[in-house]
Amino acid sequence: MIKNFPVIIPAIYLTAALLIPLLRSRHERYAHSIALSAVFAAALVSINNIYYVINNGTIHYHFGGWTPPIGIEYVLDPLSAFVVFVINSVVFFILIHAVKVNAIELHSKEIPYYSVVMLMMLGFNGMIMTGDFFNLFVFLEISSLSVYGLMAMGDRGSAFASFRYLLLGTIGASFFLLGLGFLYMVSGSLNMSDLKEIIPLLSNSPVLIIALTLMVTGVGIKMAVFPLHGWLPDAYTLASSSTSALIAAIGTKVSAYVMIRILFFVFGVEYVTEIFPVTLVLGWLGAAGIIYGSILAIAQKEMKSMLAYSSVAQIGYITLGISMANPLGFIGAVLHIINHAFMKGALFLVAANLRIRTGHSDISRLHKVCAKKMPVTMACFTVAAISMIGLPPVAGFFSKWYLVLGAVDNRQWIFMGVILLSSLLNAVYFFRIIENVYIKSSDSDEEMKSCTLAEDEPGFSMIGPLVLFAMTLLLLGLFNVYIVNNIILLMMPPGL
Amino acid sequence: MNRIDESPIVLIVCRVLSPFIMLFGLYIIAHGHYSPGGGFQGGAMLAAGLLIIRLALGTTLSELHFRRAWGLPAGVMGVLIFFAIGLVTMFMGGEFLNYEYFIIPGITGAMLRSMTILLVEVGVGLAVMGIIVSIYDDLMDGKGN
Amino acid sequence: MEFFLGHYAYWFIIVLLCIGLYTIMFKRNLVKKLIGLSIFQSSIILFWVSSASKWNATVPIYDSAYSIENTANYINPLPHTLMLTAIVVGVATLGVAFALFVLVYKRFKILNEDVIIQEMKSESE
Repeated sequence: MIKNFPVIIPAIYLTAALLIPLLRSRHERYAHSIALSAVFAAALVSINNIYYVINNGTIHYHFGGWTPPIGIEYVLDPLSAFVVFVINSVVFFILIHAVKVNAIELHSKEIPYYSVVMLMMLGFNGMIMTGDFFNLFVFLEISSLSVYGLMAMGDRGSAFASFRYLLLGTIGASFFLLGLGFLYMVSGSLNMSDLKEIIPLLSNSPVLIIALTLMVTGVGIKMAVFPLHGWLPDAYTLASSSTSALIAAIGTKVSAYVMIRILFFVFGVEYVTEIFPVTLVLGWLGAAGIIYGSILAIAQKEMKSMLAYSSVAQIGYITLGISMANPLGFIGAVLHIINHAFMKGALFLVAANLRIRTGHSDISRLHKVCAKKMPVTMACFTVAAISMIGLPPVAGFFSKWYLVLGAVDNRQWIFMGVILLSSLLNAVYFFRIIENVYIKSSDSDEEMKSCTLAEDEPGFSMIGPLVLFAMTLLLLGLFNVYIVNNIILLMMPPGL
Repeated sequence: MNRIDESPIVLIVCRVLSPFIMLFGLYIIAHGHYSPGGGFQGGAMLAAGLLIIRLALGTTLSELHFRRAWGLPAGVMGVLIFFAIGLVTMFMGGEFLNYEYFIIPGITGAMLRSMTILLVEVGVGLAVMGIIVSIYDDLMDGKGN
Repeated sequence: MEFFLGHYAYWFIIVLLCIGLYTIMFKRNLVKKLIGLSIFQSSIILFWVSSASKWNATVPIYDSAYSIENTANYINPLPHTLMLTAIVVGVATLGVAFALFVLVYKRFKILNEDVIIQEMKSESE
């Protein structure tokens, strides 16, 4: 039983994804219950996986009994167990919130919605745990197709935004496949641990340079690194509320994990920094993305598009942390993966609450009656905003702290300046909302009245997850030393 | 424009060809574990056999051939067959889809692996057929007459 | 000359890839962009399949005339099987894209990118 741990989570999601479409349309409420219990079971199993892997070491699971490099394997080492835990727990909180939101926004489409959500989780979990590159491509496409389908279930222009994301995402995955083709031609193996042995023998080959470039470009498109981020603002803004929360919180993080795997665990730190310095390019692109995302976020009038550009900036942080290629930068990048997943999840849930209660999420139309009518929502928004800006003791401060220390370690003063400047820019656009909500009184009477729709605070299922997110951010901040010492230090790639 | 009145040649040729296309599709599935062929390819041929009737006769008449409501359950059943075989091998002590551990009464060794691959291919072919036909039906949405 | 004639497969793949990317970038109709995407994916599948071939080797099905001990007699079957999966992924992508087209058409009544972007901008103001 123990050796089966890696397969349990995808098996749970596949079972749920197969059971939900068989429900009759009268039993729509059961769709949500099946989905929620599947995610809950997966989250518990992922906690168990982390304990087991930290105490007993890496698990290798050989599919079909064939040993690698002939067969496909799943590798559960501290990094993959950690990211699996992050995405399953974030999706658990978001799905608790989603029951009322989807009953209002997506009324009769709940059965297809939840089964596609289960397929998306299957894709993401498989992508994280796999140890074989072609298996990674297959799960990447499974999760991407599910996201295209989820995004189209909305209104206004969401189907068009989903089509643009389909074009760009498929081009990205195809570049990844092309790079993988070059890698396979020159090395003969597709298994990650096998490639780690073979690549040092091939250091002078120009084919490896092409392979690395194409694979990093392909994964960069899915991860929304600065010049390749064009699909992200429209996609996050126009999708329905809980879909935005789901894909914003986990979609790009999983691609960031894939980038870490390719750069540090397969090609090796020495190849990526000295023989062919991809990390230099990634560093500058990350810094440019941070500044670009923050400045454009200030210019947005609507909360969801502001959060989308802010996501571009946060992905820039993770890219910058990866590019530093030293222990502190790595810790900063991994911590930022978990922090940003929780922070963006919380922020998009706040936007969803605002949309459900007031019908819009424009920033200029918020005013202090909203704070009186939705005190808990706005309090959680403030906690998440403080974390995004990077003030102690909330979680965001510590990941930025490690990133700054990593930049100082590398003597890259420009990057240190970029990180500090962007905290100031983040403060500008978050304080704008906090000022509108707590201080500004409205210009017109209709706006004051429009905030008195229905009940005052949304029901428990809509504020419960927000409170959980806020508490988790506080806990992540207070206990971050424990997390860094006991989990993240174990997942350091060799040679760092 | 009523499709049925358009051309008797198209009508007759499609009606005659469709069972042969589906038979060929079954042939491709059955050869998958031993020679070129397999689940995906055979499933696509089976779907082609069904779609040619939908294109020639229109949606109302093709309900008699393969009902619209059977598409999605066929797909889900196919994936369930694949998944159930994997789970059975897991419960019998091996890893997921380790064909050595599957139970077919009376066969062992390489023959067991062969036959289990055949079952898995049948599941995959059924799934591919069901999904392609249900995609076509959803796109047409009753407008195919 | 050897550079062109010896590697003609790769030149063909490069031409297909450029045609695909050009179509995705510069055509205004959404269906034409999808056709470009399909051409692009086909070129990558062709690349993998062409990497499997060997001189004087036959199809990888056991043939009693060629000894099975010497693997240079049979071409490499692994890229072919991997590309079967990639073709299915491409078909699934086409299926999702067609469903998206139906939704976009219902909403905007036209499948031209410029007109749709214009309408979306005027909606959000």
